[in-house]
Amino acid sequence: MISESMVDLSRLQFAMTALYHFLFVPLTLGLSFILAIMESAYVMTGKQVYQDMVKFWGKLFGINFALGVTTGLTMEFQFGTNWAYYSHYVGDIFGAPLAIEGLMAFFLESTFIGLFFFGWDRLTRIQHMIVTWLVALGSNLSALWILIANGWMQNPVGAEFNYNTMRMEMTSFVEVLFNPVAQVKFVHTVSAGYVTGAMFVLGISSYYLLKKRDLPFARRSFAIASSFGLAAILSVILLGDESGYEIGDVQKTKLAAIEAEWETHPAPAAFTLFGLPNEETMETDYAIRIPWVLGLIATRSTDEQVVGIKDLLVEHEERVRNGMGAYDLFTQLKAGDESPATMAAFDEVKDDLGYGLLLKKYTPDVIDATEDQIKSAARDTIPGVAPMFFTFRIMVAIGFTMFLLVALAFWHSARQTIDKQTWLQKALLWAIPLPFLACEMGWFVAEYGRQPWSIGEVLPTHLSTSTRSVEELWMSIAGFVLFYTALLVAEVYLMFKFARLGPSALHTGRYHFEKEASHSMTGGTTAGPKAQPLQARNEQA
Amino acid sequence: MDYEVLKLVWWVLIGVLLVGFAVTDGFDMGVGALLRIIGRTDTERRVMLNTIGPHWDGNQVWFITAGGAIFAAWPVVYAVAFSGFYWAMLLVLFAMFFRPVGFEYRAKVDDPRWRSLWDWGLTIGGAVPALVFGVAFGNLILGVPFSLDEFMRSTYTGSFWALLNPFGLVAGLVSLGMLMMHGGTWLQMRTDGALHERARRITVALAVLVAALFALAGVWIWMGIDGYVIMDIKSTAAAVTPLDKVVTTQEGAWLSNYGQHPWMMIAPLLGFAGLALTVLMSMMNRGVMAFVSSSLAITGIILTAGFSLFPFIMPSSLEPSHSLTVWDVVSSEMTLNIMFWVAMVFVPIVLSYTIWGYYKMWGRLTNQFIEDNKYSTY
Repeated sequence: MISESMVDLSRLQFAMTALYHFLFVPLTLGLSFILAIMESAYVMTGKQVYQDMVKFWGKLFGINFALGVTTGLTMEFQFGTNWAYYSHYVGDIFGAPLAIEGLMAFFLESTFIGLFFFGWDRLTRIQHMIVTWLVALGSNLSALWILIANGWMQNPVGAEFNYNTMRMEMTSFVEVLFNPVAQVKFVHTVSAGYVTGAMFVLGISSYYLLKKRDLPFARRSFAIASSFGLAAILSVILLGDESGYEIGDVQKTKLAAIEAEWETHPAPAAFTLFGLPNEETMETDYAIRIPWVLGLIATRSTDEQVVGIKDLLVEHEERVRNGMGAYDLFTQLKAGDESPATMAAFDEVKDDLGYGLLLKKYTPDVIDATEDQIKSAARDTIPGVAPMFFTFRIMVAIGFTMFLLVALAFWHSARQTIDKQTWLQKALLWAIPLPFLACEMGWFVAEYGRQPWSIGEVLPTHLSTSTRSVEELWMSIAGFVLFYTALLVAEVYLMFKFARLGPSALHTGRYHFEKEASHSMTGGTTAGPKAQPLQARNEQA
Repeated sequence: MDYEVLKLVWWVLIGVLLVGFAVTDGFDMGVGALLRIIGRTDTERRVMLNTIGPHWDGNQVWFITAGGAIFAAWPVVYAVAFSGFYWAMLLVLFAMFFRPVGFEYRAKVDDPRWRSLWDWGLTIGGAVPALVFGVAFGNLILGVPFSLDEFMRSTYTGSFWALLNPFGLVAGLVSLGMLMMHGGTWLQMRTDGALHERARRITVALAVLVAALFALAGVWIWMGIDGYVIMDIKSTAAAVTPLDKVVTTQEGAWLSNYGQHPWMMIAPLLGFAGLALTVLMSMMNRGVMAFVSSSLAITGIILTAGFSLFPFIMPSSLEPSHSLTVWDVVSSEMTLNIMFWVAMVFVPIVLSYTIWGYYKMWGRLTNQFIEDNKYSTY
């Protein structure tokens, strides 16, 4: 019933829809705070330009936010539609943060976003500023709860298996909340979102600087984004979530795969800057290594080891064998033999039950697995090394590139020399896609790196799906591709249109195209470059 | 609270979320469905959209939170229902995709084709989910073809088209009609002039239609649909799975709750009384009262479905004993407890700032307002 292609297609659909959703989320996280900062500046100084900044960047925020909401709908229900067994098996724990996210975060964010857009004439300045801060708070709280849920998938603490109800059940909500993996992921992810927001504002402001349009507006936006961005990129890099990779077995495996650490080296381990991981020989060809660095980054110490893949494999094979024993005891319990001895024996090994379930892919009865099947199941516990190795390095390279750009932006903005730095302005404009790419890479490292588990060491991905036909899955994938592509086209079209138009989109009469247009009308200029702004105005906003 | 009480409390809480969804998001979906029917000009349609502009997103969170709460409190329902109703669920999602983008993007380009495209999108985004939710409820009353294996993996053997049976469609029309009616009462409160008059007329027509369909569904259940009865269950107080009981179907069983607990009759009565009052108040041009009446009608109709099914949530026509009930689909006692307190703290907070938001945005919107603010409104 569970065919390989069914599992692969379910994964494809989830990965597609999640990666797509995650194109819009980081910008919401970052831009909402930038809007709140801009509005605070407006309330404190009373300068009109700050209010215009909130309204204009708010328009772009809205265009992005709409797709964030749209694609988020899918995420809330897709666990049920396509991952029914997962939902049953871990809903007792995983459902809670999702429901709390709705009650605590989505309501806050979504109720106040309406007042943000429509409340300018209905609220006092202070009230409106608070509304904007609450939008930012809401979107960040939603990141907190979804990462508590996701952190639990990586490192499932505070829960245990109940053979009567055939599922994982919560034993400690506090442990789920304060899961160290979740905390580290939260800080890293929201900081990445702040960087995305900052890079977005820097890039588009640079466009106005390059075009020599609306300069005071652009400079002020640039200054806020560069200082906010600098703090954020430092946080992303310094508090990078490598530190979270030492907690729990899945995270250790992920770390070994990211670094293509085939062997366990004496501490502190060297960092492989580049190379070509070879899964066949379990070696990294043409490796360039920097001594000590990996050990320092990963363990924050000079004497703790980073466990290599070969050693992990040995450990995991042992756990698969234990898992067979656990599965055997589990079937006895299910069959009604609930003697204290059986229960005690099961409690002893039930942490390895998940490893036993890995064998379900090869033999439904688990306990009759052959040596080869055990070896294959153990081999499955290591995600593809090359994809992990490269995506991680792309992410980190982008991170450092952005650090350089943002630091320069901050420097020139602070010294008021930014107007002359046309090369930096160009670089920032073209760098707008970078944070989005880095965020997608980060998502890939975290989730592909979790394979073969949907819940680390507890539930294999291939058992987690709904029972669905391959044809149905192709059809739903086609539906998502169709809808999401059409929506993306509309989004990108509007984003370009309004980014090009700039603050003139607000129709306040204070900005470039409006001044030019009224000038050209009164001055009677009919042809030449002056006609263009008029046209742009007529396109309206 | 002991586990048994907690199970009942969570049936109530999920009910509150579903009613909250229908009363809040229901009117903005209704406005969406009415958009092309009573909004004749672009300005009129913009008036309609701007009355719900500040609120639709917050309202929609009732839907999302209901989904999350079902996941947290009834994981078995979340798994079995959403995977079984796969295409119905995707249809709802695809239709709802049009809403955030429709609201946000429609006014941003001044081109009749562009706006007409989003008008269709918003109509679909309002009407299709309303219809499908009703169809799903109708099919719950009929029983749906699924079974569970010993590992609790579910298999659903029905198809999407099988959901569109006559009774399912009647239930779907009740749902669509009542949410459109609700949207009509909202517009009575928030618009004036010709639009307001049209909203009044269509509200009256829809309320009459819904009353007829609701009565028809009732007679249908009474005369022609077998209900489900638990013959034996291991325990209602302990942790059990849907496999721990024996269920059979029986003629008229869906009405037996009303015999055993006559107070439950309040639900259908509230439904009919609410509909009658909606007609009356719309005719008397009392918009606010019409909206309140319509909200009561919706509450009564949803409660009627819940009371009839109780303690069932999703009966199985394939293996009646595998049916999902309030006793055997719940999370562990710890999770139910934690989530109960979370709800007790946050629902009042959410309600208070939601009400503040409505209070701040209150008032009738006119065509003139849209003309004066055409760059900053939807």
